[in-house]
Amino acid sequence: MRRIGASLAASALLSACNRHQSALATFGAEATNIRTITIALVVGAAVIAAIMIGVYWRAVRAPEGQLTHKQGMRLVLWLGGIGPAIVLTVILIFALPAMRPRVTGAGDLTIHVEGEQFWWRVGYERPGGGVLVSANEVRVPVGRTVAFELTGRDVIHSFWIPGLAGKMDMIPGRTNSLVVRADKAGRYRGVCTEFCGLSHALMAFDVVAMEPAAFDAWLAGQARPAAGAGQGEGERLFAANGCGGCHAIRGTEHNSRIGPDLSRYGERLTLGAGILPPTVERTAQFIRAPQEAKPGVRMPAYPQLSNQEARAIAVYLKGLK
Amino acid sequence: MKRGLPGWALRLRVTLWTLIVPPTTWAAHFLFAYLWAAINCAKVGQFATFPWLFVGGTVAALLVILASGWIAWHQSRVPGDAPPHEESTDVDRLRFLAKSTLLLSGLSFVAVIFTALPVVFIGDCR
Repeated sequence: MRRIGASLAASALLSACNRHQSALATFGAEATNIRTITIALVVGAAVIAAIMIGVYWRAVRAPEGQLTHKQGMRLVLWLGGIGPAIVLTVILIFALPAMRPRVTGAGDLTIHVEGEQFWWRVGYERPGGGVLVSANEVRVPVGRTVAFELTGRDVIHSFWIPGLAGKMDMIPGRTNSLVVRADKAGRYRGVCTEFCGLSHALMAFDVVAMEPAAFDAWLAGQARPAAGAGQGEGERLFAANGCGGCHAIRGTEHNSRIGPDLSRYGERLTLGAGILPPTVERTAQFIRAPQEAKPGVRMPAYPQLSNQEARAIAVYLKGLK
Repeated sequence: MKRGLPGWALRLRVTLWTLIVPPTTWAAHFLFAYLWAAINCAKVGQFATFPWLFVGGTVAALLVILASGWIAWHQSRVPGDAPPHEESTDVDRLRFLAKSTLLLSGLSFVAVIFTALPVVFIGDCR
């Protein structure tokens, strides 16, 4: 019975295990370095703890007078002074190369990400010049060096893709650089790790690591307006209700940069910055009452829209791909 | 006194002033490391090539600390009263100051190395 209880308690610790948002399930070189150092430190600490327990065990059981005063002082000097200094120096030399930022070249991809309450403004520098704006989703090519240029718009946020690299603060008025390289294609998740307001815990984003050729094709294709942009009843309602005052859709008259860009909303993997499935139903609910999904959100509620109208806008947005 | 110590070192008695030599050297080296990295980043943009001046400054700081620890070690072994050395006599005061200087030398030696290693290994101004 006790064993079952212990197993159940231990299994609770495993509930956070996953493959898409874990510093242990890495898909990038930087995060792999961090994981290696973590494992080495944990194993090393266990070994040192075992050695010390052994020393104490002997010390308690040994008959008095087994060590002379001089031998005792020497033991203190080596185990308490010289030994730790050597161990710490070795750990420092082992860990320092991993702290050296990856070298960037002229042809490397640069992605600008700005944290805002409570979403992410993403801009890809395109090879031919210009910046492709997107939101709440970061796509990176596998095997290539990518430089993230990170800043904040309102308060301090922090950019963390646990499987890819360490955390980096996003500070208003300052640009921090985070250079990474993804090694494994797949769908992952990043989060904000600096408390930034009511919906801090609801500020996440999707990360898609793509094969280089697929990434290049995707980036080139994104510049074109989505097929359904600027057409239909949804577009009319979108314009009539002033959605274009904050949101942009490429290929239409809506080009405001206040809120998240919706040019390819139909391709997004999540709604509301990594928190909800982007179904028509959820999208319509979010339009009518965004604060229910995201307390403190800057987007105003639209309770005056009927269900049908909100759905029409949602269907229009879902068609943008 | 042990043999092997030069005359000037024999005459130099450990005092409160010599006690602060190792930590002061550590502080000076710390400032030197920051200034050196800042100047290199501003003028060159990096310090990836092997930094001779920095290594020289670090070796000089370590030598000062070693010398101070060596003198302190000798003076901490001045023959005198029986232990414990905690009376307000000249010999006990000397031994106490010398032992403290020796321990501070050990700490400062390790600290200078820990300050220098990141400069040598990281070499990046970002």
